[in-house]
Amino acid sequence: MTSLDTVVSAPVIDPNTPVINDFTLVVATENGSGSQTANNTLIRAIFKMGVPVSGKNLFPSNISGLPTWYTIRVSHKGYAARREYSEILVAYNPRTSDEDLANLPAGGVCIHPADMKFTTPRSDVVYYPVPVKDFIKEIAPPQHLRDYITNMSYVGVVTQLFGISRVEIENALMHHFNGKRKAVDLNLRMVDMAIAHTVAHLPKQDPFRVEPLNKTAGKILIDGNTAAGIGALVGGVGVVAWYPITPSTSLVDAITEYAPKLRPAVDDRVNYAIIQAEDELAAAGIIVGAGWAGTRAMTATSGPGISLMNEFGGLAHFAEVPIVIWDIMRMGPSTGLPTRVSQGDILSAYYLGHGDSQHICLIPGDMTECFAYAGTAFDLAERFQTPVLVLSDLDLGMNNWMTEPFEYPEQPLDRGKVLDTGSFAQFLADHDNKWGRYRDVDNDGIGYRTIPGNQNPRAAWLARGTGHNEQGVYSERNDDWQRNMDRLTRKLDTARRHVPAPVIDARPGATVGIIGYGSTADAITEARDRLRAQGIETSSMRLRSLPLNDDVRTFMASYDQIYVVELNQDSQMLQLLCAHAPKDAAKLAPVNLCDGLPLTATFITQRINAHRTSVKQ
Amino acid sequence: MTATTTRPTNRIGLTTQDYQGGTSTLCAGCGHNSITSQIIAACYDLSLDPATVLKMSGIGCSSKTPAYFLGKSFGFNTLHGRMPSVTTGAMIANRTMTAIGVSGDGDTGSIGFGQFKHMMRRNVPMVYIVENNGVYGLTKGQHSATADIGQHLKYAGTNVLPPIDICAEAIAADCGFVARSFSGDAKQVRELIKAAMSYEGTAVIDIISPCVTFNNEDDSSKSYAYGKDKEERIQDIQFIQSYEEVVVDYEPGSEQIVKLHDGPTIKLRKLNRDYDATDRWAAIKLLEECRQSNIFVTGLIHINESRPTLQQTMSLIDEPLAYQTEAQLRPSRAAFAAVMAEF
Repeated sequence: MTSLDTVVSAPVIDPNTPVINDFTLVVATENGSGSQTANNTLIRAIFKMGVPVSGKNLFPSNISGLPTWYTIRVSHKGYAARREYSEILVAYNPRTSDEDLANLPAGGVCIHPADMKFTTPRSDVVYYPVPVKDFIKEIAPPQHLRDYITNMSYVGVVTQLFGISRVEIENALMHHFNGKRKAVDLNLRMVDMAIAHTVAHLPKQDPFRVEPLNKTAGKILIDGNTAAGIGALVGGVGVVAWYPITPSTSLVDAITEYAPKLRPAVDDRVNYAIIQAEDELAAAGIIVGAGWAGTRAMTATSGPGISLMNEFGGLAHFAEVPIVIWDIMRMGPSTGLPTRVSQGDILSAYYLGHGDSQHICLIPGDMTECFAYAGTAFDLAERFQTPVLVLSDLDLGMNNWMTEPFEYPEQPLDRGKVLDTGSFAQFLADHDNKWGRYRDVDNDGIGYRTIPGNQNPRAAWLARGTGHNEQGVYSERNDDWQRNMDRLTRKLDTARRHVPAPVIDARPGATVGIIGYGSTADAITEARDRLRAQGIETSSMRLRSLPLNDDVRTFMASYDQIYVVELNQDSQMLQLLCAHAPKDAAKLAPVNLCDGLPLTATFITQRINAHRTSVKQ
Repeated sequence: MTATTTRPTNRIGLTTQDYQGGTSTLCAGCGHNSITSQIIAACYDLSLDPATVLKMSGIGCSSKTPAYFLGKSFGFNTLHGRMPSVTTGAMIANRTMTAIGVSGDGDTGSIGFGQFKHMMRRNVPMVYIVENNGVYGLTKGQHSATADIGQHLKYAGTNVLPPIDICAEAIAADCGFVARSFSGDAKQVRELIKAAMSYEGTAVIDIISPCVTFNNEDDSSKSYAYGKDKEERIQDIQFIQSYEEVVVDYEPGSEQIVKLHDGPTIKLRKLNRDYDATDRWAAIKLLEECRQSNIFVTGLIHINESRPTLQQTMSLIDEPLAYQTEAQLRPSRAAFAAVMAEF
């Protein structure tokens, strides 16, 4: 799909050597043509056959008409990263069919509507024409369902050609339509018509097959934004304020969808609020007000929204107000490529604000973490009385991933150091009758907080972005200011020891280290397997949070050469690593890409191999 | 005989001292200080428990004032123009509080204009006072968006753009309590604040509050001289508590009685104009007439208590969200298991 991809030469496919559970299928359609139902049906059916599968939607910033590609990777090894090429093409978009066909490897498969004309047909691929128009004529679906039913024709052909279970296709449709038999039957009619046609007229000429495995038992398929939405509800969210922006919108949609199930209304009243603000400034302001007043408050946004939340980020840092900001990162700067993935907000999120402010950032790398960090973020925000940013991205947030089901949290909510009317009196009794909002009583940088509603006449304080002393009273005294800034640094150092530690896989004999984070985890795993097969053993460290801690320094000290994998142009995490461990900074080499697509294992291995070659010369 | 002076107390046993804040750092003679005094007096008169009040502000001279009243109340001096959103969040988190916010003409009419409008659209329960002096004080004398066209200032020169009318904007946004006053009219300011604090929903009071340093020339419509000379009250306003015996001895035709939700009453005695404050269309006409004829009217311009508040629109529980316990916030294991089973 990009010039970078085409330099990767795909192996020639031998039609006589069976390829079982290890291929990628790409569905090319027009945006808005309703192919999502068809694709989800295929994915779910394969998944329910016990075969690891993942789906990635590569879509344009457009409601309808522009080309979109959905890739379904079937991998018995469980690899979920994107690949550069797909062996099987469903060419249902006449506007891209020539380009899509050209991208197929030799021996690949092209399933296409029978009336589709290719300008430059290839003789080295297998064609399966589908008389879609005849099918539609016979079924005659209602006009508004026509596109959806049309797409079901490729579901039928794919099902028959590659051995996908017809029963699981039906089950997947039942799941999709919540058991509504009429809708299921209409879709199944097309599927069955296409299956029958394939049996009668499309003899198998390719080596690809899906065969049942037992590798998905007990697992679920979910996207990261849904996981985060459910996680936020489980984590006790009180107020959600937001402004629509791709690719974060579906996170709030998930909260809206699951709130009635997880936090049901009592007498038609609810104990949470979801409020669509007029912009991201207001969304941030609303959660700052709600966090200050004592609720668990969050927003979800993406890069441009993060920019607008900058001023509130500084205020909340300095007034010490707990808030949670989910940043589902997309390609910037500016509007950039709004429907394409990136890890480009690392620095702007970490330093959100003005003057000096470093924030706790959580960086989920899989579905379990998308779910769990929703609660962890609230715990940390309230424990440290500060903004917490969760840096997910479009690939994690909007694509389907296989995961273990989420576990009900066993730890209680950590509401931090909050003094209510009763505990405030006790606090005074225990502390020489002294309390100040910003006094560092425990030498961890964290003061004791009171919230509105506290009845003690001494409990009130005026939150402010201006300079203040330990009592929270306005002050421009240099010593008050410096003492406050030193305490905030101390607080950050305390946080360093509480945030999720990096996940380290240290291999004996490895001299090469790979550091990555977020959605690149699967590509890194796959790349490491390939490098190992090549004779290069690596150790890896997946960062899961900022600020960076001592584990990171130890890892950096342990390897001669370290590659930092990230999806941004300026090697943003690499910059933070250099500042964190300057002694080992020279060992770091960037493996970064900023092309808008999810990272592939091939890109990583090529970059690392090229770098190793250049170093040797 | 020794004269023992005991400070008078209100119904909950507090003195005016209990509603004071820190010492003002604004210029001597600043109109804002008079308004601060009337906020203190109104809260005392209403016997408000300071622990139930949130005092909010944005940025500017006006926004410094919450430090000068209600020292025993929680407050938030937020960002420039962002008091509405922060208050919205706080009042969702704890709907049992009473919010009083102080803003200025720059904070409201310029940088915070969008938030101001959307707060009213949502009907966030709060008293929203604009201390309107037509000039930027803290940055030393620029024209604000409420400055008169042709207004000349020493530093900023002549203002060439027409003013924004805070009250007209509030009425356009369907705000249900819209008033205008003059900081030199202490009694009216106090009665309006009391009525506003008893109103369910957003209550906007645009108070002309002269800046003695940068905008107090006699020809300025934001000066003391102008206000004293030109103020035309629409009504005499009397706020009557629900526990006071209301002898409804008003004269039909010349007085209007407005009953608020929780029982208190606003009595409006008509003066020169035959004006019905519950008529939104009349309010729009009045403001337009006054704009065309340069008339400085004060009083309760519009009142309408029929719109639901934001918390009602959102079907929130009566208790503060902020005080929900873990058992109330965390879904049951059964509900969680049922959701997981959907995937």
